[in-house]
Amino acid sequence: MRKPEQELTEIKSMMERSTRFLSLSGLAGVLAGIYALFGAGIAWYWIYFPDSSFSQGAQKMSGKELMNNLLVLALVVLILAVGSAYLLSRKKSQKNSHKFWSPASKRFLLALFIPVMAGGLFSFGLIHQSYFNMIAPTTLIFYGLGLINASHFTLGEIRNLGIGQLIWGLIAAFFPQFGLICWAMGFGVLHVIYGSMMYYKYDR
Amino acid sequence: MKGTYDKAFENIIRLRIMSILMVNEQFDFNSLKELLEVTDGNLASHIRNLENASYIRVDKTFVARKPLTNYSATEEGKNAFKDHLEFLENLIRENKS
Repeated sequence: MRKPEQELTEIKSMMERSTRFLSLSGLAGVLAGIYALFGAGIAWYWIYFPDSSFSQGAQKMSGKELMNNLLVLALVVLILAVGSAYLLSRKKSQKNSHKFWSPASKRFLLALFIPVMAGGLFSFGLIHQSYFNMIAPTTLIFYGLGLINASHFTLGEIRNLGIGQLIWGLIAAFFPQFGLICWAMGFGVLHVIYGSMMYYKYDR
Repeated sequence: MKGTYDKAFENIIRLRIMSILMVNEQFDFNSLKELLEVTDGNLASHIRNLENASYIRVDKTFVARKPLTNYSATEEGKNAFKDHLEFLENLIRENKS
């Protein structure tokens, strides 16, 4: 008979490995952060860049045109980020010879995307009601909640990343004039920091 | 002493299978094989053993014309596992005192 302590450790490890998605790529987090920073830079250029500066700046767009351009920009950033995360995580799972579509990965995705989808639709509601300055805090807060929810089914660091997004979201809610900066800090800088931390810890 | 040492869980593979099925409503054959890193035959024989003890239930379906075999723990199996856990915990406690 094995030692009872050993046996309990064995049970715990199996319970963990069977419920958690461990192939999440750190590099994907870094890339998502970089896309978000580029996106935020372009948005800043469109919205705030002054005409009186050293260059002509962007053509002033009408409110509706600006909103449409920003939505397309957000969509491009989202597709790039999700696409990289999918490809790199699949590669990582192949490298570790884990199956990508496991019961654990499905649970992880569901836990993440239910809050995130709700947040996305809620943001469309805000646009419809013209609460434009509440979009940055809303996306940050719902994404943060999604990460905290999903952290039960993946690497534990994700929980802290989620709390970080939540904090930036709450700051943005009270100081909407800094919404874009908070958004860049959350989706950009935090992703780069956590992504590289996870890359050095798990992927090398 | 409370709890009972269950012979069915003496084998490490069977202990692992049961640990997985305690926290997952169901788990399919291929995912089990991959997680436990065992051969088809080895896994099948341990599963048959647990099935004969009526600790786990087998559920065969077809997904996109491919057979999919799902396993889940029965009420009996869960109770047996809890008893086994209780035995281990008591053993540790007694060793300490």
